[in-house]
Amino acid sequence: MNERKPGQSWHDMGGSSFGEIPKEDHDFAIWEKRVDALLVLSSAKGHFTVDGLRRALEDMGENAFENMTYYERWISAINQNLIEAGVYTIQELGDKMAEVKQRGQTYGSAQGGEA
Amino acid sequence: MTIPPGTSITIKDSAQPGHIRTPYYIRGKTGVIERSLGEFKNPEQLAYSLPSSLYELYRVRFKMSELWNHDIENPNDTVEAEVFSHWIEEYNNAT
Amino acid sequence: MPHDGHDHLSSSGHPFRKDNDTPLTYWQLMEISVRELMITKGEFSSTEINKQIEIMDARTPANGSALVARAWSDPEFKKRLLKNGAEAARELGFDIGPMHLIAVENTEHVHNLIVCTLCSCYPRNLLGFPPDWYKTKEYRSRAVKEPRSVLEEFGLVLPAEINLRVHDSTADMRYIVLPMRPKWTHEMNENDLARLISRDSMIGTSIIGSNP
Repeated sequence: MNERKPGQSWHDMGGSSFGEIPKEDHDFAIWEKRVDALLVLSSAKGHFTVDGLRRALEDMGENAFENMTYYERWISAINQNLIEAGVYTIQELGDKMAEVKQRGQTYGSAQGGEA
Repeated sequence: MTIPPGTSITIKDSAQPGHIRTPYYIRGKTGVIERSLGEFKNPEQLAYSLPSSLYELYRVRFKMSELWNHDIENPNDTVEAEVFSHWIEEYNNAT
Repeated sequence: MPHDGHDHLSSSGHPFRKDNDTPLTYWQLMEISVRELMITKGEFSSTEINKQIEIMDARTPANGSALVARAWSDPEFKKRLLKNGAEAARELGFDIGPMHLIAVENTEHVHNLIVCTLCSCYPRNLLGFPPDWYKTKEYRSRAVKEPRSVLEEFGLVLPAEINLRVHDSTADMRYIVLPMRPKWTHEMNENDLARLISRDSMIGTSIIGSNP
């Protein structure tokens, strides 16, 4: 039923039939809102466009869509675009992630900036 | 030249990989220009941080029967999508 | 930020929000790191991030309700809204950034439904974040092929003689449905009208019903 045609990417969903629509909704956590803000501010700086975000999301594949949350996919795609744009290097990111990880076991204790 | 509203046009039936904003279900299908929306940069270039010239963007209205053959709920229902001019086949504007 | 051992208090002395007390995930770690790198590089400040979050938090369906209520109350405004939704929203003072907005009108003969089959395009600069269901593969896949069955799942049975128009937000436009004003509201003022207008009625998965 949901076989894809040649040239139809996984994200190109119109016309497939995936069953009943789940209606539950949720509010966003502060870290998710920060991801959203990172997109708006980074694209306002001209580092990439929303098309660049979508391209990275699509290239992450269907597995990411099924297994990661919305803003997990977004931060991954934002990072991909910022590295491609040369804003920071993979090495810089790795060093920063190691530093942040030392701060604590929860988002609250590691988040930096204004709590 | 901008295609006038009401013109019947066909969407190109191509299937190249990459970031494309023409959904597969309208490719090769015939619809009617509902209105033109002005000129926009091509997402197929923007997605890769490449420069783009401007393309006219159209809203195109399709009948359900054109999109899904007989597998439809109501023959009068329609779907509209935005389509960039480079995805529209040459059309006969003999009016 | 030094960790002082008080697991439930931030350095400001306020309790952490609940979502901050869960174990740090890989992607949260990446968010913190990307944000701090961008600040260190001088791309933007933490103040700008907080400001942007405030801007987004202020965008709610109530903005759309106000727009619709004005269109219901002022025929000239309604004409302008249908001609150029973005300009009409700005006229009411809403900061919608560079968004292009098209308002599509429900009538006795036409019902409109909004979807984005390719991702999750939504008039977020007016209405705020989309509901989760709008982003699901179930909604995105079915809305363009079996929209009447989708509407029934939302409790809306559309009579066969009504023409259903589905709008797939495939490029630069965003869409808002201008719901039909029920006759029983003819004496209501704009503020009271606005309270009737739900988020889903502006997406097209619901209508403004009978007098409650």
